[in-house]
Amino acid sequence: MKLFFAFIRKEFWHVLRDTRSLIILLGLPVMMMLLFGFALSNEVKNSNIGILDLSHDESTIQLANRFDQSRYFSVIKKLTRESEIGEAFRKNELRMVAIFPPNFQDNLSHNKQTQIRFIGDATDPNTSNIMINYASAIIRDYQNEILGEQKLLYRIELESSMLYNPKLSSAFNFVPGVMTLILMLLGAMMTSVSIVKEKEKGTMEILLVSPMRPIMVVITKAIPYLLLCFVDVLLILLLAYTVLDMPMRGNIALLLAESILFIFTTLSLGLLISNLVNTQQVAMFISLVGLLMPALIFSGFMFPLENMPLPMQIISNLIPTKWFYSIVSTIMVKGLGIEYIWKQTLILVGMTIFYLTIALKKFKIRLE
Amino acid sequence: MAEVIIQNITKTYEKGTVKALDNVSFSVKSGELFGLIGADGAGKSTLFRILTTLLIADSGTATVAGFDVVKEFNEIRKIVGYMPGKFSLYQDLSIEENLNFFATVFGTTVEENYELIREIYVQIEPFKKRLAGQLSGGMKQKLALCCALIHEPKVLFLDEPTTGVDPVSRKEFWEMLERLKERGITIIVSTPYMDEAKLCDRIALIQNSKILDIDTLEGILSKNKQNLFAVSSDKMYQLLKDLRAYPDTISCFAFGQKHHLQLKTNENSLNNLMPYLEQKGHSNIAIKAVSPDIEDTFIKLMQDA
Repeated sequence: MKLFFAFIRKEFWHVLRDTRSLIILLGLPVMMMLLFGFALSNEVKNSNIGILDLSHDESTIQLANRFDQSRYFSVIKKLTRESEIGEAFRKNELRMVAIFPPNFQDNLSHNKQTQIRFIGDATDPNTSNIMINYASAIIRDYQNEILGEQKLLYRIELESSMLYNPKLSSAFNFVPGVMTLILMLLGAMMTSVSIVKEKEKGTMEILLVSPMRPIMVVITKAIPYLLLCFVDVLLILLLAYTVLDMPMRGNIALLLAESILFIFTTLSLGLLISNLVNTQQVAMFISLVGLLMPALIFSGFMFPLENMPLPMQIISNLIPTKWFYSIVSTIMVKGLGIEYIWKQTLILVGMTIFYLTIALKKFKIRLE
Repeated sequence: MAEVIIQNITKTYEKGTVKALDNVSFSVKSGELFGLIGADGAGKSTLFRILTTLLIADSGTATVAGFDVVKEFNEIRKIVGYMPGKFSLYQDLSIEENLNFFATVFGTTVEENYELIREIYVQIEPFKKRLAGQLSGGMKQKLALCCALIHEPKVLFLDEPTTGVDPVSRKEFWEMLERLKERGITIIVSTPYMDEAKLCDRIALIQNSKILDIDTLEGILSKNKQNLFAVSSDKMYQLLKDLRAYPDTISCFAFGQKHHLQLKTNENSLNNLMPYLEQKGHSNIAIKAVSPDIEDTFIKLMQDA
């Protein structure tokens, strides 16, 4: 037991005296949360649009104001000719232009029919699609208001509601995503690098030629990183709650327990890597390319898994991040309990046992 | 009684293409200070790693304190002290922290065995708060020796402990080994420095994965008598070339300020040398018979092999 604590204390010395790894361990989650929260957003907010109003009557002015007042758009330019549209897009001034044809109100009140044209910059197809949808919704609302005064014979009312995330806030998506990625990266990379460092620096050689069981080196490596990764989880949740206004709907204790399980998964992956390689550089490379990339692609956080071709969907099942991401979003966003995530939990438990068994079996008690 | 027995050990790397040890056999007596002397790449570190159970030989057997290095590796790991060739302590831990940590690893405390390391430790104690990575070469080696000694090992393996250490520290280091030997610890030490051979009870000369000879230093020197002369003149570089061209020369190489010349033992080989050199245009010629030291002998053995 004394030996165990001596090792743990030594590991903490290593971590605390290495400013660089401390910055990575504690700075990276904060940085990613703030980046995703404020800088890297795919939400449409106050997008710059232009209005080409060829009729300039009461209705069109009213509609233009509605666009400007909506939180999705801000009208920054009034155009006068159609030829100006291309120029504005080329200069990246505008993301979308709404064109009101001449005699808009006359047509609307007398012919009961008129047109509006939206032109979007589809360089970024998703954003422009979202913008056109929002713009159409504004027009629909306006139309309903006019219609409300008259009785129509047939009418289908459309009422849609966005469950769990009515404001369509992207934090609901990226907070579980960032948590998954950070744990995957730090858990696997930091552990594998720090074990391989013992090999590279030759200290493993001395530790092997000693009466202690070599597996002690490996187990005690995992504990400080388990603790630090857990601190990261708390840090991410705190930032999500305070800075990004993300509600915590489910059971926090369950979420933390699942996080610890996933940290175990990533740590055992780290141990496995450290048994296979001999230099810190290779360990880092494998963690970044071999783990982070698949974690990013196959978690469902950036790209919906349902849209992928079948072989890739099958591969995604082998990636632990997919399961943890699903667990976190189920608990945090949907507020559901263990009865909805027991399957994912079991899969993670299975993966952890699998990695750990191979890692311990492969552990070398000699130099080769 | 033999503390370490090595029998027909062969070890290759890279799937047998690189030979590190070729059929090596010798034994080290209990309480002996045994030197393994050879150039870099001769196979010294590989032998140490086999004896400390870190590597498994391709063939052959070895025992340390009666335990087989393969089957009973756990027993050996309890009773040996090992100091690898490369400085292998935690650079980001202080002297004190390293020592305490390794004491715990070996199931003891610094206080318990302080007497054993006291002499060495007092020299580095003033810097005990300093990180190991910031120590000088000599201090690093003293700390490493303390760490290897802290559990009072029966057999001590020191792989090139004095490489990269200044002459004063080297001398101190060997004095310490002498005192450890008095305590009855068997010590096997490797070194590329020939002059350290005279400090060992017995030495093994190792070159290109083979043992050239094993004996006491005197034994090796007396077995390898040579007709050796130290020669100098005012044109030393030209002299080396001319001496090598001399018909009765066996070998000649630069040795400090002089050239060491080994001649065939016929009657006229020495008598004809002076006129030969004068004829070649050398002046201030000095020729003096010398008795070969370990370095001369090593070179001779290498040529014979």
